[in-house]
Amino acid sequence: MAADLLLEARGVAAQRGHATVFTGVHFALRSGEALVVRGPNGSGKTTLLRIVAGLTMPSGGEVRWQGDAMRAFDARLRSVVAFNGHAPALKDELTAFENLDAWTSLHGAPVSSDKIAEALDSVALSRRHRLPVRALSQGQRRRIGLARLALCDRALWILDEPLTALDAEAVDVLGELLARHLAANGICIAASHQPLPLEASRMKSLSLGEPS
Amino acid sequence: MSDVDASPASAIGWALVRDVRVALRSKGELGVQLLFYVIVVSLFPLATSPSREVLATLGPGVLWTTALLASLLSLPRLFAADFHDGTLEQIALSRRPLVALVSGKVAAHWLTTGLPVVVMAPLLGAQYALAAPVLGTLTLSLLLGTPILSLLGAVGAALTLGARGGGSLLALLVLPLYAPVLIFGAGAVDAVRAGVSAAPHLSLLGAGLLIALVAVPFAASAAVRIALD
Repeated sequence: MAADLLLEARGVAAQRGHATVFTGVHFALRSGEALVVRGPNGSGKTTLLRIVAGLTMPSGGEVRWQGDAMRAFDARLRSVVAFNGHAPALKDELTAFENLDAWTSLHGAPVSSDKIAEALDSVALSRRHRLPVRALSQGQRRRIGLARLALCDRALWILDEPLTALDAEAVDVLGELLARHLAANGICIAASHQPLPLEASRMKSLSLGEPS
Repeated sequence: MSDVDASPASAIGWALVRDVRVALRSKGELGVQLLFYVIVVSLFPLATSPSREVLATLGPGVLWTTALLASLLSLPRLFAADFHDGTLEQIALSRRPLVALVSGKVAAHWLTTGLPVVVMAPLLGAQYALAAPVLGTLTLSLLLGTPILSLLGAVGAALTLGARGGGSLLALLVLPLYAPVLIFGAGAVDAVRAGVSAAPHLSLLGAGLLIALVAVPFAASAAVRIALD
């Protein structure tokens, strides 16, 4: 990944109905940096991540990628974003393997089945890859989300509560993935209540206040 | 970054293959929809009259109306499951064109829910003492009409995503839009029974299908983006 990536938020504000969720959010992230968004429930962490991903329009301000203001669903943003939201985005009917296969090919970069098997192995799911996702636990589903990150070459990772339902071993895997991503000049923005397994030197943080 | 195949054709293919695969894994749901169609169609002869004349008059209307209801029954599965499990976000955020992905999903919906209705129609029509040419026209009109139902329904299904009471709202929204399809579809069959050509009705259905094929993917994908906002 290029070493001169730049993601900025300039005075981003969000509204839900008539209530203002947050206003004046500023940050700038360059290659190899991560932003951790903190704040109490309802402070707008998920909303901010969705705005950065281009899923939601901000009610004020703008998100800039490489200096250009982004519209909702902007094609330039869509080609760099990997979004792991609240919902796991897995089909219950398909196996973990099929889910990963469909996901990588949806994003236009199909990978070999060896690579998928390797990614499942790295999150300790290889023995379960023939089971439909329906039969997996919440934590195992989140692990498939990690395998997805391991398989993608996206520059901008957007992770909503990545630690939810993960056990200690899976948290280590996430830490490794994040370290590798940032070392490869990627950018990551994550919302989390718990401390993330991140190098302090690469980490910035942002606190969203109480909803007004 | 690796090279990306962002062509519309490959996006349609991706959505079609994935949705058909998911549908075939949950055969129960498909079966329920088809059984609903079979049972409702079979109830009318029991409730009305065994007279061949009455049945032949009722038949086309009953088969068409029930096809409408069966289509309506299956609409929520078009986008709602993907919306709730987060897949729709991933689809909307992918590099592939959303319009093509939505088209592929609608095509998969028709293949798994509309096509079985078309295939069953001649068998069910036999209960209504419909003559062979009438059955042929009925099947042809359903073949042209059911894709329109899936297409129009897709717009309704996308618009009602996330709405409370989405199911009943969807019915209110979509059934009036289905009315012209019903009129021309059942009209084609009636024309043949009356001994005149069904061609005008079938041509209008075909024209409707073409318009829906062009316009619906854009409308439905705009509605999907609004739903995700």
